[in-house]
Amino acid sequence: MFDQADALLLARIQFAFTVSFHFIFPAFSIGLASYLAVLEGLWLKTGRDVYHDLFQFWVKIFAVAFAMGVVSGIVMSYQFGTNWSVFSDRTGPILGPLMAYEVLTAFFLEAGFLGVMLFGMDRVGRKLHFTATCMVALGTFISAFWILSVNSWMQTPTGFAINEAGQFVPAGSWWAIVFNPSFPYRLVHTVIAAYLTTALVVGAVGAFQLLKARGGDRHVDADDGDPAEAGDDAGVARSTAAARKMFSMAMWMAAIVAPIQIVAGDFHGLNTLEHQPAKVMAMEGHYDSHPDGAPLILFGVPNPAEKRVDYAIEIPKASSLILKHDPNAPLAGLDSVPDDREPPVTILFWSFRIMVGIGFAMLGLGLWSLVARWRRQLYDWPWLHRAAIGMGPSGFIAVIAGWITTEVGRQPFTVYNLMRTAESASPLAAPAVGASLMAFVIVYFIVFGFGTWYILRLMSKGVLVGEHGIDDEAPIRSAGITPGPAQQAKGQAPVLSPAE
Amino acid sequence: MSGVDLDLTTVWAFIIAFAVFAYVVMDGFDLGIGILFPIFDVGEERDQAMNAIAPVWDGNETWLVLGGGGLFAAFPLAYAIILPALYPPIIAMLLGLVFRGVAFEARWRDPGHRRWWDLAFTLGSFTAAFAQGVTLGALLQGITVDGRAYGGAWLDWLSAFSILCGLAVVAGYALLGATWLIWKTEGGTQAHAYRLAGRFGIATLLAIGLVSLATLGLDYEYRAKWLNAPAIYLTSQVPLLTAIIAFAFWRSLAKKRELRPFLLALALFLMSFIGLGISMFPYIVPDSVTIWQAAAPASSQWFMLVGASVLIPVILVYTGWAYWVFRGKVGTEGYH
Repeated sequence: MFDQADALLLARIQFAFTVSFHFIFPAFSIGLASYLAVLEGLWLKTGRDVYHDLFQFWVKIFAVAFAMGVVSGIVMSYQFGTNWSVFSDRTGPILGPLMAYEVLTAFFLEAGFLGVMLFGMDRVGRKLHFTATCMVALGTFISAFWILSVNSWMQTPTGFAINEAGQFVPAGSWWAIVFNPSFPYRLVHTVIAAYLTTALVVGAVGAFQLLKARGGDRHVDADDGDPAEAGDDAGVARSTAAARKMFSMAMWMAAIVAPIQIVAGDFHGLNTLEHQPAKVMAMEGHYDSHPDGAPLILFGVPNPAEKRVDYAIEIPKASSLILKHDPNAPLAGLDSVPDDREPPVTILFWSFRIMVGIGFAMLGLGLWSLVARWRRQLYDWPWLHRAAIGMGPSGFIAVIAGWITTEVGRQPFTVYNLMRTAESASPLAAPAVGASLMAFVIVYFIVFGFGTWYILRLMSKGVLVGEHGIDDEAPIRSAGITPGPAQQAKGQAPVLSPAE
Repeated sequence: MSGVDLDLTTVWAFIIAFAVFAYVVMDGFDLGIGILFPIFDVGEERDQAMNAIAPVWDGNETWLVLGGGGLFAAFPLAYAIILPALYPPIIAMLLGLVFRGVAFEARWRDPGHRRWWDLAFTLGSFTAAFAQGVTLGALLQGITVDGRAYGGAWLDWLSAFSILCGLAVVAGYALLGATWLIWKTEGGTQAHAYRLAGRFGIATLLAIGLVSLATLGLDYEYRAKWLNAPAIYLTSQVPLLTAIIAFAFWRSLAKKRELRPFLLALALFLMSFIGLGISMFPYIVPDSVTIWQAAAPASSQWFMLVGASVLIPVILVYTGWAYWVFRGKVGTEGYH
């Protein structure tokens, strides 16, 4: 009933599923950790309540998102061995140390300081607390650094030799391995993507609060203990100030960072063209070589059987212009690539267009917000706010689409051009992999379904005045090694008053 | 093989062993409380038990990641053979950890389904602990190796011995959990924890004895390592020390000491761990692959050792600092 091909396919589906689920949470927490550091820094500098309120609002969401990232990340660190043991044996001498450095420099840093960040405000003083927040933010960045170095090495391997056991072993300097050719581009592009993703979520929550305040339905659900609903006008004004502040900050990010990201993406694409041309051919839908200027296919339906793109809408010579900065430059197509080295065109063609389309939509939203800001209407255009809400999850979709583009584009190899995916898998029977895949799907939907539901609920509640951060009736916990303070009796929880 | 290689590889074997033991020390007691959870009364006792581990459970797992990641980096061949061989228990452990981690959070956030989240917490903790023991047992009983890969079937790990090891780890973690609660709680919950510590103390000692005897019955190499002269003069110290620790443990319970039972329970784990080391060394996959055969090249191990020798002490320092910031007993709401 099953054969090895099934086991391989199941293992690939399992990896794609667990890594995609996992990646959502770091993509959010990298940006959010930095945002929290900025908010706390601004609060220390200006002493304005609004930054403190926003910090306490977002730190609760961060705690849940971070915990989800930790538990789904543990699965990833074992998945290489359980499902890709041949790959692990052969690349371990190179990739293992990079991942070990990720654990030593990033995971422990995050874990060690997270407890202080979440619960320690009243125990260590503001400056030390700010340091802890910065350490957590730094940890998320260092983590991205190492894991993207690993991924980039698989795309553009350098600095290695192959020993008699078939293992990739370091040859020359570790510098060449860590800073392999695609790494700087991938790091910049991915970290900016994480920042944009977070900015759009923050913007959507701000926009939602603004629309809600405008609709006047803040007084509808009076039973959720919202102090701002106690008929306190000053409280309402402060919640609105917080919503405005986060919307404004997010829209600045969209307006400034989205264009930077488009430029960074272009550089990343040029780097890919240099090192992995087949990936770019598939992204562009270029089955055929174009000796004198390749068209840019805006839309179309790839037809892998006939090796052409049906119903293509093209801009003549634009692809050569973008990729070679010369409209008449020749551009090779997949006809120059042997069939057994060709990545799956349809997936790449679409995932790339989804990512780019969302990138330009972010730019559009940023520009729209600039117009509104210039007219002093930033908080008064409901359609702008609705658009920002609609764009709230778009960063996640773009990040996943981008990840699919780069990972599927590396196929049919795990180490580009050197080790095939088909020869990387563990010698497992298909029923074992199939059963574990089903278990992962079920558990992840329950567990991450809960996490997402809870985060959305926190977001919809809005910023409360004098936010306490972590609920005082909840257990003191952290995703860190750090113990929280001894459980406080109810009512004695250390409420940090903004006036303090 | 040069002398430098040999030293470096042995150093890495000790670093990985340290990470695994740090994991057992730090995560063992909170998995144990998960295992004991149904024994506690709904309400106050359960909330206190939960609060006693709330701050620590989740970052402790970073040491598990270091153990796995370190194995991949320093001994890639062992990682590539062991993980597929033990696929079902490892996947079960991971899912158990995911489930209990979130059940922990969800218990407070979603009180409408607290009963179900409590059940998930217990099942997740039990599964993770049991699977860790099974993994250990399956490794000790041997793994079929074919070339540079696992050569057995996907249920080879299942045996009476591996099940026994699974139950032993469950009993041991429950003991750690009970003694941790003695230290961190007061009043009725603490009294309950004292009773549980006595019961699981007996179970743990019984399990240590059974697993030790069964290990000697597994394979000639283990018997030779433990029982041949002159090795026996050294190895016999391990059961001797274990007996002394067990005696001290009982005295500390009888004298109602608060911290000491936990430390002595950890000492029991340390003895078992040393025993495990005597049985395994120098093999990383028993009787098939030694640590030197599985080792990554010296340049990989050096590159990591530079970082690890600086970073692990730094990590221990800031972890210690964070513990100091949040010292103190768990709340006694209702006991004032």
